[in-house]
Amino acid sequence: MRALMLAAALLLAAPVAGQAQPAPQVTGTPTSPTPMLPPVADELEVLKALQGGRVAGRITIPDQQAANLIQPGGKSWRDFHNVTLAWVGGVAVLGMLAILVMFRLSKGRIPIEGGPSGRTIQRFNLIERANHWMVASTFIILALSGLNLTFGRHVLLPVVGPEAFTAISQWGKYFHNFLSFPFTLGLVLMLLFWAKDNIPNRTDVRWVKAGGGLIGNAHPDSERFNAGQKGIFWITILGGTAVAVTGYILIFPFMFTDIAGMQLSHIIHSIVSVLMIAVMLAHIYIGSIGMEGASAAMTTGQVDLNWAKQHHNLWVEKELAEGRGADAPDSARPAGAD
Amino acid sequence: MARMKFLLDAERCIECNACVTACKNEHEVPWGINRRRVVTINDGRPGERSISMACMHCTDAPCAAVCPVACFYTTADAVVLHDKDLCIGCGYCFFACPFGAPQYPRVGNFGSRGKMDKCTYCAGGPQADNSRAEYIQYGSNRLAEGKLPLCAEMCSTKSLLAGDGAVIAQIYRERVQRRGYGSGAWGWRTAYRETVAI
Repeated sequence: MRALMLAAALLLAAPVAGQAQPAPQVTGTPTSPTPMLPPVADELEVLKALQGGRVAGRITIPDQQAANLIQPGGKSWRDFHNVTLAWVGGVAVLGMLAILVMFRLSKGRIPIEGGPSGRTIQRFNLIERANHWMVASTFIILALSGLNLTFGRHVLLPVVGPEAFTAISQWGKYFHNFLSFPFTLGLVLMLLFWAKDNIPNRTDVRWVKAGGGLIGNAHPDSERFNAGQKGIFWITILGGTAVAVTGYILIFPFMFTDIAGMQLSHIIHSIVSVLMIAVMLAHIYIGSIGMEGASAAMTTGQVDLNWAKQHHNLWVEKELAEGRGADAPDSARPAGAD
Repeated sequence: MARMKFLLDAERCIECNACVTACKNEHEVPWGINRRRVVTINDGRPGERSISMACMHCTDAPCAAVCPVACFYTTADAVVLHDKDLCIGCGYCFFACPFGAPQYPRVGNFGSRGKMDKCTYCAGGPQADNSRAEYIQYGSNRLAEGKLPLCAEMCSTKSLLAGDGAVIAQIYRERVQRRGYGSGAWGWRTAYRETVAI
């Protein structure tokens, strides 16, 4: 490219070379001592822009970020933020909602087969549940405040007006910054609590082949977590790690990286976030209104035995074999020998 | 109405930084904030040029396009201004700006930023012209007094030009024709999608 431009410049220079006084030979610099040549500095700017490069120099003020004179990367970031992210985020979130609505309409709520037994078994202890809700509650606020930065201007701003919208966004920014810490801590604890039950194995392959019971009416075997839940777990851990790392780069601007690094961090942070939001919508649906008996696992921690047998048969067998759980309900009375 | 622009003739800039100082003094810009700066490229090598850069008040401004709270507006003179009462200090405008114009006071925890500050083309902000409130938030409003930006007005070599784009482009064109060379209008292609044809 550079060579081509140089050749073009030389061709243009040839006719005027006769009248011109001999020009000092300077290459690769933003100067044009030869009369009536295309302005070289301008060319340098264009060349750099074509290569996505920055024009930078020396600066005498402490802020070294200011040494960047022109950064064409800003244009790509603008296109990403205004076009790519808006589309990916919009399609991911609205698309998932549409899928869930269609799933609900076609299959309805997944019932406990044979109805609740009345006997329960402990699925998650208090610490596991508390940690789950710490991650879940912070995630929801982080997600809403994050979506607000991309979509709020088009969705919320026309509704509430500029002053109220700024107040919401300002508080959203504070919450987003501060709640990142409990969210990250919760991810670490989740990894410690649940990683051992989330290592993929052969049972998961069979579960996936059977469509997880979501497609068709199969009842594939499952241990404490089925392949779908393992997927959610690793998406949370790996996606959460990516979001946390890039988020902390963004929260401390220019401490770890330069403008290109900041832009890249934002790109990774936002894309991974919107995809995680889409996945979590499905997780929230199936854990609450989508399946009878599922929400008990994370509220009381005690799930109905029939629910557990239906969805996590191998886990139930193991728990019962080890003498845990399946207490009789309070209403149960000994039948007596009479 | 005029289409206000900046034009920096890099053949004339002597890196005296008077524009930087004038700007800071005129608007009482706080420590650490530089609405205007001078960058020297090829420092100490052949082809060294210094370029004074601030907000170029772009046509189709990237800052305005990415702002999550839509706090930017363009005046009738095509000056890009923003409303600090609406700005949340997210930093997106700095990511998008090709010229690194937006500045943020460091306030509070982490790298948390205060409301963005940038060159106003000496045209203040949305507050009433030359009011106390406007001065505190944005600095003086010379445009409302019929004056041009101070940086360009007091440039000793008249390297930095401010004014109607058509007028300053003509001045620059005449200069280049007289002396026979010029390194182009820095940033014009990026900011205004055009350059000064000689």
